[in-house]
Amino acid sequence: MKKSWWKILGLVMVAASIVVGFLGPVPALFLLHETIRNVYFHVPMWSAMFALYLISVIYSIRYLNGSRVNDDLMAVEAVNTGIVFCIIGLLTGMQWANITWGDFWPNDPKTNGSAIATLMYLAYLVLRNALEEEQKRAKISAVYNIFAFPIMIVLMYIMPKMTDSLHPGSGGNGTFGDLDMDNQMRPVFYTATIGWILIGVWICTLRYRVRLLENKRNFVD
Amino acid sequence: MKKITTFLVFLIISNYTFAQNQIEMATGLRSSGKIYVVVLVLLTIFVVLGIFLFMLDRRIKKLEK
Repeated sequence: MKKSWWKILGLVMVAASIVVGFLGPVPALFLLHETIRNVYFHVPMWSAMFALYLISVIYSIRYLNGSRVNDDLMAVEAVNTGIVFCIIGLLTGMQWANITWGDFWPNDPKTNGSAIATLMYLAYLVLRNALEEEQKRAKISAVYNIFAFPIMIVLMYIMPKMTDSLHPGSGGNGTFGDLDMDNQMRPVFYTATIGWILIGVWICTLRYRVRLLENKRNFVD
Repeated sequence: MKKITTFLVFLIISNYTFAQNQIEMATGLRSSGKIYVVVLVLLTIFVVLGIFLFMLDRRIKKLEK
């Protein structure tokens, strides 16, 4: 029980962000209106995804250093969980875009970039299933993962900032800080982000533990 | 586990009373466009999901032993 304090913290943080996110003050903005509150729910999905992909790449590097099977399993489960958050992020983004930008898929560089990044990580899972031999699979997918991570960052966080994008902080658009002049939203946003990252990591560890049990059973058989 | 459950129950109750205290008693959930109802619904969904995750956690812990 002592070890699970961070799980409770994650739940409490997200719960707090739900309450304050709906009832707290937000700036009144053109077109966005109340949908600005989506910042508390849509954006943390991507933060959680990013944190999980980061964990995955760290464990891939650890696997290449030590060749421990468990590191490889952690890397897979982090990607598995990260993809779920990514899909939720894409869906919520589409709903929000339809109302504010007038299209489910407004050909925004950030949207397209995240779609390509998703396909890249799906390819990682397909690649793993294609390889039969365990050690070879672990090694090749670890190398792939290490290459995929920086490309994901470039596609989702660097390229959109260099061109015109509908997302904040790109091209001629103001950043999130410009929209939220009074810093009313920042504390809630950070609480939600950290909370969702903690919950994401929690789900990832659950999947990892199940994977370990499966692995052990296969070994005994 | 018991501790967490009681904690979560208190969390729900405290949020409920929080929503009520802002406006007059007993009319809280019917006031100002009824947004509090939506907040309560979302919070309920989320808390139940949290409890579900904890139960899953405990089941895996049992399997590990």
